Amino acid sequence: MDIYYTENHEWAKVEGNIAFVGITEYAVSQLGDIVFIKLPDEKEYRQNDTLGELESVKAASDVYSPLSGKLVAANLSLKDSPEIINKSPQDEGWVAKLELTKPDEIKSLMTQESYDRFLQTLKQ
Amino acid sequence: MNYIPHTKDETEKMLKKIGVSSLQELFSEIDKSFFAESFLLPKGKSELEVFEYFKSMAAENDVSLINLSGAGFYDHYVPAVVDKLAGRSEFYTPYTPYQPECSQGTLQAIYEYQTLICRLTGMEVANASLYDGGTALAEAALMAGRITGRKKIILDSALNPIYQDIVKTYLDSDVYQVIKTDLKDYRTDQDHILDLLGKEVAAVMLQNPNFFGKIDDYTALTEKIHEAGALAIMSVYPISLGLLKPPASMGADIVTGEAQCLGNRLNFGGPFLGFISTLEKYTRFLPGRIVGATQDVMGKRGFVLTLQAREQHIKRQKATSNICTNQNLCAIRALIYLVLLGKKSFRRLSEINYHKAQFARKTLAELDKVKVDSRYPIFNEFVIEVEADSERIYREALGKGFIAGIPLVDFYPEMKNKLLLCITEKISKEAILKFKDLLKELLG
Repeated sequence: MDIYYTENHEWAKVEGNIAFVGITEYAVSQLGDIVFIKLPDEKEYRQNDTLGELESVKAASDVYSPLSGKLVAANLSLKDSPEIINKSPQDEGWVAKLELTKPDEIKSLMTQESYDRFLQTLKQ
Repeated sequence: MNYIPHTKDETEKMLKKIGVSSLQELFSEIDKSFFAESFLLPKGKSELEVFEYFKSMAAENDVSLINLSGAGFYDHYVPAVVDKLAGRSEFYTPYTPYQPECSQGTLQAIYEYQTLICRLTGMEVANASLYDGGTALAEAALMAGRITGRKKIILDSALNPIYQDIVKTYLDSDVYQVIKTDLKDYRTDQDHILDLLGKEVAAVMLQNPNFFGKIDDYTALTEKIHEAGALAIMSVYPISLGLLKPPASMGADIVTGEAQCLGNRLNFGGPFLGFISTLEKYTRFLPGRIVGATQDVMGKRGFVLTLQAREQHIKRQKATSNICTNQNLCAIRALIYLVLLGKKSFRRLSEINYHKAQFARKTLAELDKVKVDSRYPIFNEFVIEVEADSERIYREALGKGFIAGIPLVDFYPEMKNKLLLCITEKISKEAILKFKDLLKELLG
């Protein structure tokens, strides 16, 4: 399984033509305690479409789809316990499971290494 | 003076962007009759001239009239303490306090107001208030749409017709479908609601007591509503809650209403006070401000606006509402009124309203040319059918010291001989007997 990142701080874990997507630890550290998520409910998303909406105690933020794909599942456990995203943003706190329709788009995403470098530039 | 901050260049750019040639074209959908002929005001006047002007306007009021009209807006007595306390400079502002560091008093007052709305309705959370009962009901419909993801709203035809209009205005007709129930004996036809329930229904909106004053128990109906996956929304009259089964016990999911009756005067039509309350699990779906209790860094209890990410200053166009605000001063008046009365006196007030209205209904029914429907219980309002044109009776009674309720023909063209009467604690037994004599005289 390979993991990729966007500049908006979403991640995508890809295996074959299936991807789990969510928001990164860095995104969570910026938002603070998440109190609500509007989960994805459309059949299909294009890259950069709004997948869901997050609300923390102080801010609201959209989650963009890192890749194009058909919605296989949304993480329903987040509906009643959005704090799972705070506890485990890159594992249990996944937002959507997509069946990729344009796997080539992966080329436009960052690898772990390049995302780490990208975060370094943000900290400077 | 130009009141519009945009420059001509900016205006033209914006018009071009949306593909409209002129401001006139942009506003062409608005009926001409709504446009002001001119914004040129008369020359300035001295303080004395202004005082005299308003004095002469005030003199046109007849404050001796006995008011038997209600229909959602009620003439209850407002104790002097309410004016005195709400008029304190610390409270005398309509503004919402965003800065908890310097607004603990107002924030606590709103928190207490929310608590008392919950106590009255039996619900778990309330917001810091809304414009009025009608917009509160419309906000509840939008909230039900957000919670259920469904788009059909069933509207009880026995709801205040003004509220019905507001709901229809608020709900985008391209998104939501509003379906009205049939009216049966001036009550909503519950069988019709059961027929209408289905997978697309977000909510059923009911009013208790209904517009015609009738009380119903909706407990069995709300069970069916929930079975169909929809929410039960109830609009209620706060004064009646001193006596009636609370909407929460009937299974309501969202409870709204007009709280002007609590310590606020009619004021020529506003400002009024809408309230909305719900179950804790739906808190995040509420529109408007919510005050919460918390602890400061020293561990002391304090109050803040909470869950603000729902709101438009953070969430912009995706906010739970972009068309609401709280009515701080009116809410504080309601709080003072409720605290002043306390549980026992509030119940007593409710009983007085109830008993006086029963007496009035019975008394007026003794007249040959007056008919009342006594098959169903009422709180403090009821309809009388007169053997005459109700608008004539209304006009002539006005000349004899009475506002004889509301002619229902104003809202229902077919109800030419019906008056909706309201009896509050302000109406004495003598006044009721005098009104009976007057009606007898006017009906001939």
